[in-house]
Amino acid sequence: MTNTEQLLAVEGLTKLFGSFAACDGIDLEIGHGEIHALLGENGAGKSTLVKMLFGILAPSSGRVCWKGKLEDIVSPAAARRLGIGMVFQHFSLFEALTVAENIALALDENVSIDEISQKAAELSSAYGLPLDPAAHVADLSVGERQRIEIVRTLLQNPKLIILDEPTSVLTPQEADKLFETLFKLKAEGRSVLYISHRLEEVQRICDRATVLRHGKVTGACDPRGETPATLARMMVGGEVATVMRDDGVTAGDVQLEVRNLTLRPRTPFAMELKNLSLSVRAGEVLAIAGVAGNGQGELFDALSGEYTTEDNDAVRIRGRAVGRTGINGRRLLGAGFVPEERNGHGAVSALSLSDNLLLARNRSDARSFLSGGILKLIRHEAVKGATQRICEAMDVRKSGVDPAAGSLSGGNLQKFIVGRELDRQPAVLIVNQPTWGVDAGAASRIRQALINLARAGSAVLVISQDLDEIFEVATTVAAISEGRLSQSYPAATMTREKIGLLMGGMHGLETANAH
Amino acid sequence: MRIELERRPGMSGFFAIVSPLVALALTVIFGGLMFALLGKDPVDALFSFFIEPLLEVWSLHELAIKAAPLILIAVGLSVAYRSNNWNIGAEGQFTIGAITGSFLPVVFYEWHSPLLLPLMMILGMVGGALYAAIPALLKARFNTNEILTSLMLVYIAQLFLDWLVRGLWRDPAGYNFPQSRSFVTEGVLPEMLSSGRAHWGFAFAIIAAVGVWFMMRYMLKGFQVVVLGQSERAGRFAGFSSRGMIWFSMLFSGALAGLAGISEVSGSIGHLQPSISPGYGFTAIIVAFLGRLNPLGIIASGLVLALTYLGGEGAQLSIGVSDKVTRVFQGLLLFFVLSCDTLIHYRIKVVLGKGRALIAGAGR
Amino acid sequence: MIIEAILLTVITASTPLVIAAMGELVTERSGVLNLGVEGMMIIGAVCAFAVAQLSGSPLIGVGAGILAGAVFSLLFAFLTLTLVANQVATGLALTILGLGVSGMLGESFVGVPGVKLQPIAIPLLADIPFLGPLLFRQDLIFYLSILLVVGVNWFLFRTRSGLKLRAIGDNHGSAHTLGIHVIRTRYLAVLFGGACAGLAGAQLSLVYTPQWVENMSAGRGWIALALVVFASWRPWRVLAGGYLFGAVTIGQLHAQAFGIGLPSQLLSALPYAATIVVLVIISQNRRTTLINTPASLGKPFVPDR
Repeated sequence: MTNTEQLLAVEGLTKLFGSFAACDGIDLEIGHGEIHALLGENGAGKSTLVKMLFGILAPSSGRVCWKGKLEDIVSPAAARRLGIGMVFQHFSLFEALTVAENIALALDENVSIDEISQKAAELSSAYGLPLDPAAHVADLSVGERQRIEIVRTLLQNPKLIILDEPTSVLTPQEADKLFETLFKLKAEGRSVLYISHRLEEVQRICDRATVLRHGKVTGACDPRGETPATLARMMVGGEVATVMRDDGVTAGDVQLEVRNLTLRPRTPFAMELKNLSLSVRAGEVLAIAGVAGNGQGELFDALSGEYTTEDNDAVRIRGRAVGRTGINGRRLLGAGFVPEERNGHGAVSALSLSDNLLLARNRSDARSFLSGGILKLIRHEAVKGATQRICEAMDVRKSGVDPAAGSLSGGNLQKFIVGRELDRQPAVLIVNQPTWGVDAGAASRIRQALINLARAGSAVLVISQDLDEIFEVATTVAAISEGRLSQSYPAATMTREKIGLLMGGMHGLETANAH
Repeated sequence: MRIELERRPGMSGFFAIVSPLVALALTVIFGGLMFALLGKDPVDALFSFFIEPLLEVWSLHELAIKAAPLILIAVGLSVAYRSNNWNIGAEGQFTIGAITGSFLPVVFYEWHSPLLLPLMMILGMVGGALYAAIPALLKARFNTNEILTSLMLVYIAQLFLDWLVRGLWRDPAGYNFPQSRSFVTEGVLPEMLSSGRAHWGFAFAIIAAVGVWFMMRYMLKGFQVVVLGQSERAGRFAGFSSRGMIWFSMLFSGALAGLAGISEVSGSIGHLQPSISPGYGFTAIIVAFLGRLNPLGIIASGLVLALTYLGGEGAQLSIGVSDKVTRVFQGLLLFFVLSCDTLIHYRIKVVLGKGRALIAGAGR
Repeated sequence: MIIEAILLTVITASTPLVIAAMGELVTERSGVLNLGVEGMMIIGAVCAFAVAQLSGSPLIGVGAGILAGAVFSLLFAFLTLTLVANQVATGLALTILGLGVSGMLGESFVGVPGVKLQPIAIPLLADIPFLGPLLFRQDLIFYLSILLVVGVNWFLFRTRSGLKLRAIGDNHGSAHTLGIHVIRTRYLAVLFGGACAGLAGAQLSLVYTPQWVENMSAGRGWIALALVVFASWRPWRVLAGGYLFGAVTIGQLHAQAFGIGLPSQLLSALPYAATIVVLVIISQNRRTTLINTPASLGKPFVPDR
């Protein structure tokens, strides 16, 4: 029994979805003026826990005490009234409306839009997060959008602010600015519940940490007293295979080349690609770092051939100009592609795994999977056989022999999608965000597979927002910012700070540090 | 009290089959209620509506006659809808197909030849396909919504037919009736069996249904339809062209609707007149959904909806209910099908108060 | 004199389009696509006519039309909002059912002479030369149509509730997260759309042709849907577009009356062809379409709880 009351005390909080326990008997305590980390992998239950604290989900059992009093938080409005604010990982913003209107919608009282504009402008500059109240959200960058979310929350004068993976969309420099803001809040006596899976950050800014795994608390500690290894073990529960990279591989011929790729944006909100050039040799893994929304998707589409370019020479695969060739033409030349989105792009969740295999390989493997000449009859048995082979090779956990893709967890589906390409031994593999939203075990397996593929002589291009991942797999590193690509540097010469600057668009640095 | 939906992890196979049957049962019950409200004995009325038409051989032939265009059109529509191209103008394509198919027997009215019928059928398909090409072009080129364009074209097609049979193609020996010359015998689709009027249109319908079932199940084309219907982006990733699919699905469904049009005119009517369809193109939409967009299911649902047409006619004669009652049954059926379909993807939970709930569809 | 007479007919022809389109605009702004406008309109028409006949008062008939449209739209709302059924198919079902039920209900009223809604003159304003008789000596429903445009515009862009509705149409997930009642607001929006469609139908059977004819809506519901797209979901543009379409609709009738040498069917086809042309033009500009289309239009919404 402590004398000083805790700001928030959670006891035995449980949430059941059917028979599945997303949260199972969670205990958590946050004091006043404390930055508290909530650590755990994807699927550990962090989002579910905070949704209960913010009144979006109703707990199945357990108690929540706020400032010493037992409370039943029935809605976000109720949470806000208590003094709990939340900034989601996926923003709740309205593209077609202005910043001021977006903020107004999150406030409970009927304050006029003009007053809100004024207050927001004042607050945003006071905390170092400048905003223009009259701008339309659709025109703002990801970092600016996050500022709206934060200002929106701060306007309600919260005592506890919940931040869900805030730095996943920021460059290292922008993240530092955010941390300054957090320290300012702490100095005012407010508390922060900081959700993350990034151990280095947590150790930097957090006073205490609670670790979740499979919906249960597996540890509560002072993160500064732990090592990344001990924290990781609490998060993952066992040793995760460390990725083995062989730095001594000599690179072969250029297998993928991009020359002066310039692309007008296809939709009003897309990013223009400006004069992009890169090359990847056999045996190399080129990683392109970048915060979301800087042209990665557009680059992937241009490389995959889903959208062709007028300049045939802009993209070359294994020496052949393919700018005007479509995706299947490029596959026939030995290229494989893994897009960023599993659902609705790399795979269709309503279709079976074998159908999803056919999705990517109906042309490249027409000889094995189709028959009947012009009728193009599907050889279902052959496709199913290949599907099983891939699932075994990548250790894909699934229910049933050939279930719908949507029933697999993110990690398992991603293993299947990557395995689908690896099964063809592609000479060139282009992957966008290989382990986004994937559990640590699957992530490590996928990254090792990419390294092995390069070691076997393929050229691998990885686009990623995760610097940890980049340092694990890359032999060469570049950064993309506002549709422009930096020079490529050997991975050994790269530091987090340097990448951060490149991601933030300080290309002047390149000419200044010309070697 | 409120109703909440709980998403199922996958589709419920059980409800996929049971839901149309439940919808049918609910329609019958509500229909009975409606008859009672109109002052008729519900059991009698339901009997003459649903059962009587099945009791005589000649009546079964009439069933086949009505079912043929429904199945033929719906099979084409099922391909279009599964590919996410919402062709609502099948009624218009039916009409234009009837017109183009009738070109030879009306304009070259003295031509007797075994080639006449096959050519008529082909021209009918071409006409329907070309008319469907209009909304296809507008969608592919200009990104215009095909629901509204294909629908507007229905009205235009009907006005065109009206103009044709009152003017240019009117039978000069027809006492000023708005109808074309009657087709020569070589231009009339023959009966299949001697026991009744059912003509070869029904055979076309069955062949089309089986053909499309095969395509969807075993051919890459069918796979393309499904993938592009689920996600255009995934289809692009697979190397499929969504623009190509717009053309294919619209032309294909238009051709089948056109074939249905000329078959109906040639087999059932024998000449062109202003009114050639009791709304087949729209009822076929219901047939498609009731058959769960599956060609074999559509054969069954086409027969069921044909029954509602016969039932309406029969009920008018035997109990004196208006034939409008057919449309009402059809609308009700579609409503119930859509409602029951929810159970395929969700469990329905009725929450009575804190902690007490009834769950429908659990355990499956 | 003749111009005045023609303009009067344009107003009468345009009013139902404007009203039905305004209702659908609100519905679609909340993210719901209701293709059943034609069905709701015809139900409103038959109920308004029947009640006006039986009660002798066209005013009560108008009320009945509004009520009928709203109640009928409730079916659509329940299926698509609570049971999350496919909105396109449900809207079509509503239209088919509406045409069927109205045919049945209206059977005994075919050929019966109607009770016309009498115009109300607004004092002072009605005496203005030329404009006076045109705009201020009209029936109640015309005045309602103008009030609707002004009112909906004010509601959507000047009130907090209107902002919330637009937010739902933009991103229903975000709206739900912020605690906005998505389903409840959409129910109200659909009911409003139904009431408007019913009112438009009442205008058809009590003002336009005071008579009941089966299928007398003749596709106006579909034209109203096209009108909403054409107007980029903005109220004042609906007014402009509605009058454009009304002019085309009535223009071809006058042309037929004047004996212009073109076949009557061709002229009758003009409004439908015009609708197609207008749709093509408006969908050309991708940026306008992207910005103005309510982003969650037609998408099913199931909240987790």
